[in-house]
Amino acid sequence: MSLTNEYIKQRLSEKFGDQIPGYEEPAGMLTFEAPKEMNLKVLNFLYDETDLQFRFLTDICAVHYPGQTGRELAVVYHLHNLEKNVRIRFKVFTGIEQPDVYTATGLFSSANWMERETYDFFGVNFVGHPNLKRILNVDEMDYFPLRKEYPLEDQTRTDKDDDMFGR
Amino acid sequence: MEVTPTHTGDPFPGEIHHTPGGGILVSKMDQVINWARSNSLWPLVFGTSCCAIEMMSAASAKYDWSRFGFEVARATPRQADVIIIAGTIVNKMAPVLKRLYDQMADPKYVVAMGACATSGGPFFYNTYSVVKGADHVIPVDVYIAGCPPRPEALIHALITLQEKIKSGMTREQIKMEKPENSF
Repeated sequence: MSLTNEYIKQRLSEKFGDQIPGYEEPAGMLTFEAPKEMNLKVLNFLYDETDLQFRFLTDICAVHYPGQTGRELAVVYHLHNLEKNVRIRFKVFTGIEQPDVYTATGLFSSANWMERETYDFFGVNFVGHPNLKRILNVDEMDYFPLRKEYPLEDQTRTDKDDDMFGR
Repeated sequence: MEVTPTHTGDPFPGEIHHTPGGGILVSKMDQVINWARSNSLWPLVFGTSCCAIEMMSAASAKYDWSRFGFEVARATPRQADVIIIAGTIVNKMAPVLKRLYDQMADPKYVVAMGACATSGGPFFYNTYSVVKGADHVIPVDVYIAGCPPRPEALIHALITLQEKIKSGMTREQIKMEKPENSF
């Protein structure tokens, strides 16, 4: 039996019911979100069930939505069933004031570096991570560069002097 | 087709006096040493981005920088004479670059290849991670324009460096010879 989006959807709603508010299929890839306290329950369910077996964590990243008050940061997990070659996308949202999300390092060893990277660029605090510190940027950096908190370049500015290169 | 080489470099420094059964060479030791140094520059490969592709091209058969004495590319700073900074230097890489430079044996030379190593290049404005020129970290002898520069430009820069070495000591070497002048 092939692992269709409908089947995954049915298994998830049997288990979690209304706690998963909605499903989308952008470009054919099943995408859903859950409350952030439930991220490990959902990941464990997808990992353990013999008919689901999403046992490869392709990627963790974050997205900053400055307009969504209370749920500014999304943490996105991409999961892969290597046997049936099916991929799904799973999101949790968190407020930016206290961006605490449980770590997935207990389930996926590969989550270690990916969560460090997500922390480095977006400041998501992965609760329980064994070594949550910056990975790509310098340790002294005191901000999270990929948050949309910085103005885009002003095209009308006149102080640019390419001859002197600003030095 | 007759080929006239325009860039043959200086001949061996000194005068040869022919005498029966051989000859006598009159030269200056400094000039001979500079001549030897300039013709066996061993580059340290420090490719951090796309300029490294051009550097590999300059090293391989079509451009073949071994024609000018650069063929012994080293992967360790302790055996290298010139570091070719081929690519972007980010803040996290800057201490590594400084350390590599410090580990190189004197005399040592630096070529900043391309816009990133020269000035930060395309990352000059609105960056949170890029060093705006490798000369903020280590002293640079020769800069190459381009993004990335063609292999000819790299070879031209290395020949420029050879001429710089042949013409005397670099500023850093003079500084080291006379420590009372250092500041």
